Amino acid sequence: MTAVLPISAEPTALATEEARPGRWRRLPTKAKVGAVLLGLFILAGIIGPFVMPYDPSFQNPAPDLSLHAPYAAHLLGTTQSGQDVLSQMLEGIRLTLILAFLVGVVATVLSVIVGVTSAFLGGVWDEVLSLLTNVFLVIPALPLLIVLLGYLQDKGQAATILVLSFLSWPWGARVVRAQTLAIRNRDFIAAARETGEKTWRIITWEIVPNEVSLIAASFVNTVLYAIGASVALAFIGVTDLNSWSLGTVLYWAQSQQALQLGAWWWFVPPGLAVALIGTSLVLLNTGIDELGNPRLRDAASASKIAGRWLRPADPTPVLGEIGQRGRLGSFLHSFSRSSLLDETERSQAR
Amino acid sequence: MPFILRRLAFYAVAAWVALTVNFFIPRAMPGNAVQSVMAKFTNLQPAAYKALQALLGGGKNPGSIWSQYVSYLDNIVHFNFGTDVSQYPASVSSLLVQTIPWTIILVGTATVIAFLVGTALGIVAGWRHGGALDRVLPGLMFLQAIPYFFFALILVELLAIKAHVFPTGQGYDNGLIPGWHGDFISSAIYHSLLPALTIVLTSIAGWMLQMRNVMITTIGEDYVIAAQAKGLPSRRVVYTYAARNALLPQLQGFGLAIGFVISGALVMEIVFSYPGIGLLLLNAVTSNDYPLMQAIFLVITFAVLIANVVVDMIVVLADPRARTREATA
Repeated sequence: MTAVLPISAEPTALATEEARPGRWRRLPTKAKVGAVLLGLFILAGIIGPFVMPYDPSFQNPAPDLSLHAPYAAHLLGTTQSGQDVLSQMLEGIRLTLILAFLVGVVATVLSVIVGVTSAFLGGVWDEVLSLLTNVFLVIPALPLLIVLLGYLQDKGQAATILVLSFLSWPWGARVVRAQTLAIRNRDFIAAARETGEKTWRIITWEIVPNEVSLIAASFVNTVLYAIGASVALAFIGVTDLNSWSLGTVLYWAQSQQALQLGAWWWFVPPGLAVALIGTSLVLLNTGIDELGNPRLRDAASASKIAGRWLRPADPTPVLGEIGQRGRLGSFLHSFSRSSLLDETERSQAR
Repeated sequence: MPFILRRLAFYAVAAWVALTVNFFIPRAMPGNAVQSVMAKFTNLQPAAYKALQALLGGGKNPGSIWSQYVSYLDNIVHFNFGTDVSQYPASVSSLLVQTIPWTIILVGTATVIAFLVGTALGIVAGWRHGGALDRVLPGLMFLQAIPYFFFALILVELLAIKAHVFPTGQGYDNGLIPGWHGDFISSAIYHSLLPALTIVLTSIAGWMLQMRNVMITTIGEDYVIAAQAKGLPSRRVVYTYAARNALLPQLQGFGLAIGFVISGALVMEIVFSYPGIGLLLLNAVTSNDYPLMQAIFLVITFAVLIANVVVDMIVVLADPRARTREATA
């Protein structure tokens, strides 16, 4: 339960540095709506086990309770074997959130390690790590997950968490690496180096704190991905089918023909929960994006002058060091699709 | 070396990594996959046993890992994925050949349509930033967050079971014999409409949001402002100046997201019992048919890689920088 708590504090952590009251109000509306929506689901996950009316696995043998439509005693109806859908949902929200947040944490740590290492080592090592990142970005993850988990089928949720984490770091690693490269050559890093700070200290105290919003965005993205992937995996049946996650509820609904039997209350609520959790994360992420890129903000932050909407410009672009590559490094780099974008960046830096 | 050749080299590396990972997974995983398959499917012949060993490793005399690797690659190059164990004695490749066209035609067409429409809407939404299209953004984000298969369930419930507008599933009417005749083709198209609609509706929002954001950033560039200041008509500024340059990151995003879209579409096939790769994968998973699972992983990976090559070719066509730039190493 404690594992899911930090996220509810996230909006405050993401806001501007000054600890003034009212920073919540300065967050983009989208981020606020997303945070509140996500907060509701986290709350449901935390108090779920205490308020759920039945044991989610309990099969009520009463014949009229098989596939009963929602009514007072079963607010979301029952399954074919007389189980309470609401209890399954509450338990499912909890397990799905815990799983996704754990994957988010592990994958984000991995991506920060790979991204920062790659940017700091530079040269050939950087290019090798980037190549690896790009390769794992282009190989579709879901089929690979299915194969891996197919072999690990009876290992429970831990296997799902580990395998998902090991396949979801490339996105984060890419953005962290790019950002680290941009920060690495700024004056304050040079100053820290001149004063004799050790590299690991520079990384943990100067670089990573400056990437907090980026890392948070990548964390939210990974959690979003983990929810989608874990639900899809459970729906296919490659997971621990004895525990209740939103995906396993949907799996049983599908495999026991809920659709054909017209039992909409069996699959609509869990699916809607997945979609709403996903929406809250997308909203949160868009909000974070808008914090960093004023151009994307709502019209509210723009002013209308002479019939045209004008928006605050981007913060002054940082002149990142793009051209510092060794011969082998730049050879390897030229194979990536993003090598095309360098030209644009360089011409803008000039 | 031209851009496209360098990209091909990259995809070759990616393909090799996928093949190698696929080779080592059954050997590195706990338990003996061959034994468990043999125990489960008792009707297998000794020949199948040998083929399984070549694919999954194990057995009494496996030979060096290197020789296993070479014979594994040799098999893959000849499109020989061994005999299937759950539908013995059909070969895995014959099962793949039966199902691949269904998936490629459905998922390919629907994805391209969704990308084109989404990008077009994104151009408009980016240009008219703060306009009517921005007001539906939260709705689009909701659409984007819905898992494909759940959206499919809802569409089947509403349009097939309640309203009887579309069939509930399958690739074609039961009575028909597959072949190139009018009845079958029209039935196949009719059955593919609802799955295609699912893909288009759920993925369109993502392309649109992405294009909108790139457009907004591009519109702020100096050359777009200069074009407007010159008094060029809006159409020209939007399409020739802003959208054309915003397309490059959009295409890049397309290349990266295509694996994700295909994966989602595969899971969706299950809801429709659509006779494609996704349903085959489900059957492989439920029956622990490891050879089939691994072959499907390879096939999907190669499909994604080929799609990426196509995207890169379009990039080369659309972006003069990709044509003129030579490696500067």
